[in-house]
Amino acid sequence: MRRLDTAGLNRRSVLGLAAAGGAAAVLPGPARAAASRVASNARIVILGAGAGGAAIANRLAARLEGASITIVDGRKDHWYQPGFTLIAAGLKPAAYSVSATDLWLPEGITWLPEYAASIDPVAQRVTTVSGHALDYDYLILATGLVLDWAAIEGFDLAQVGQNGLGAVYAGPEHAAATWRAMDDFTRKGGTALFGRPPTEMKCAGAPLKYTFITDDYARRRGTRADSNLIYAAHNDTLFSVPIVNEKVKLLYRDRGVDTRWNHVLKAVDPAARQAVFDTPEGETSLDYDFINVIPPQRAPQVVRDAGLSWGDRWTDQGWIEVDPATLRHLRYPNVFGVGDINGVPKGKTAASVKWQVPVVEDHLVADIQGREGTQRYNGYTSCPLITRIGRAMLVEFDYDNNLTPSFPGIIAPLEELWVSWLMKEIALKPTYNAMLRGKA
Amino acid sequence: MEDLTVETLIAVSEEIFGRLTFWLLVLLALAITGLFLWTLWRDGGVSSRRFLLAQLWFPPGAIAMVGFMLWMTSSRLTDIGGPIDWIALLGLGIWGGVGAVMWAYALGGLARRRPPA
Repeated sequence: MRRLDTAGLNRRSVLGLAAAGGAAAVLPGPARAAASRVASNARIVILGAGAGGAAIANRLAARLEGASITIVDGRKDHWYQPGFTLIAAGLKPAAYSVSATDLWLPEGITWLPEYAASIDPVAQRVTTVSGHALDYDYLILATGLVLDWAAIEGFDLAQVGQNGLGAVYAGPEHAAATWRAMDDFTRKGGTALFGRPPTEMKCAGAPLKYTFITDDYARRRGTRADSNLIYAAHNDTLFSVPIVNEKVKLLYRDRGVDTRWNHVLKAVDPAARQAVFDTPEGETSLDYDFINVIPPQRAPQVVRDAGLSWGDRWTDQGWIEVDPATLRHLRYPNVFGVGDINGVPKGKTAASVKWQVPVVEDHLVADIQGREGTQRYNGYTSCPLITRIGRAMLVEFDYDNNLTPSFPGIIAPLEELWVSWLMKEIALKPTYNAMLRGKA
Repeated sequence: MEDLTVETLIAVSEEIFGRLTFWLLVLLALAITGLFLWTLWRDGGVSSRRFLLAQLWFPPGAIAMVGFMLWMTSSRLTDIGGPIDWIALLGLGIWGGVGAVMWAYALGGLARRRPPA
């Protein structure tokens, strides 16, 4: 992979370097892909070098010969986001989730280390914040999403870790700071608040897991009797898949988690340790000693401004208008989406990325060859739902709320198991890394 | 898991241990197996006495394997939940035990040139 220093480069030289990088992309890839390499001079721009961007870049670099692939992302660090829960559980250091972006990008592509400022899907051009214009034949949106912290009044990221304020989603350091606050809470007891935003969100199981983990620590430390754990659900369910919802309800009853329905977090007062919720009956306040704040989640502004979002769905969130099965944009067929940015009913997890990437690869390469792709994404997503340190439920499902267990008859999806925990602890990150390299 | 191929398993194993460590471990396992087979060939069969002594290493090997796994994954024996957990635990124990017996037998064979009569 070639990293592009943008200082002093104009568009022509950027494209020249990209083309040179593309021409050099004839390194042997996985045997499977090498067998079916496709010659092409297509210009492919990938926005975002996270899980989806890095994985599709590796797959395409191995699959295409002569294509110019440019990946645009200003972030130097790559975050293994499924690890945030383990960091916030005190089991891993913040560094567990951090690596360098360029570690995961293949040879023969060009990395432009800056952010996109605008996307023009009609002119087929992306312009970066420093003014470089990138013309493309194919655009892959793998931007991820933005956490709208400003939507929670009174919340300040700088205060995470103090006054019982937690924010697991904010990043590895904030997850570690959240652990300090949760650690302190479970030694003393009091009231802890958990919940989720009313928007689509990444890994909807994470807020549930963190409640279970906090409960477990309080029990181990003998403070559970002095603790009140409240889960404030944004609607009248804990999880969108009905059978999983019922199971988690049973477990929360068993663990003594106090569940409140139709509570949407609106504001926090860190000094007074008070949270304000919107409910159907009006505003209500709850005092807390510890809180894990998860804000509303939306598409990045640059994507929303590009006119790529759904016009009639998720209008306050801006997810892109793709076919749920092919992940191809419904109005701009040379635009694809991978990961959190996709406007599909489920699938904002790394497991979904793993299943989405081969589908996008198939349809994009088929288009280059002048045929139709055949692969379909069924909405598969997976959530190792930790129910205590040492046990988890391996929950996997699709668009239609069917359970889709990877090991049917062997690993029961709704059973709290040690082997499911082992998978989360040992196998998940290596599988994720292999996926980034295009090998899983 | 979408496509669980040998290639995927190797890629994942390389990520778990690091590429170098993984292949060194594979070589070590192959070396011990080779050494074990070599002593069998050299002695013209299993030396019953050495094999009996080597079997004493089964329990420590099994316990060490299970203990290592529990320690590495921040879990406890009380986390064993369903039947598959017991099977996994037994499998780990047998793996550790058999490995230890093979080590003990092969290394014992190295230390002693000839099997006792």
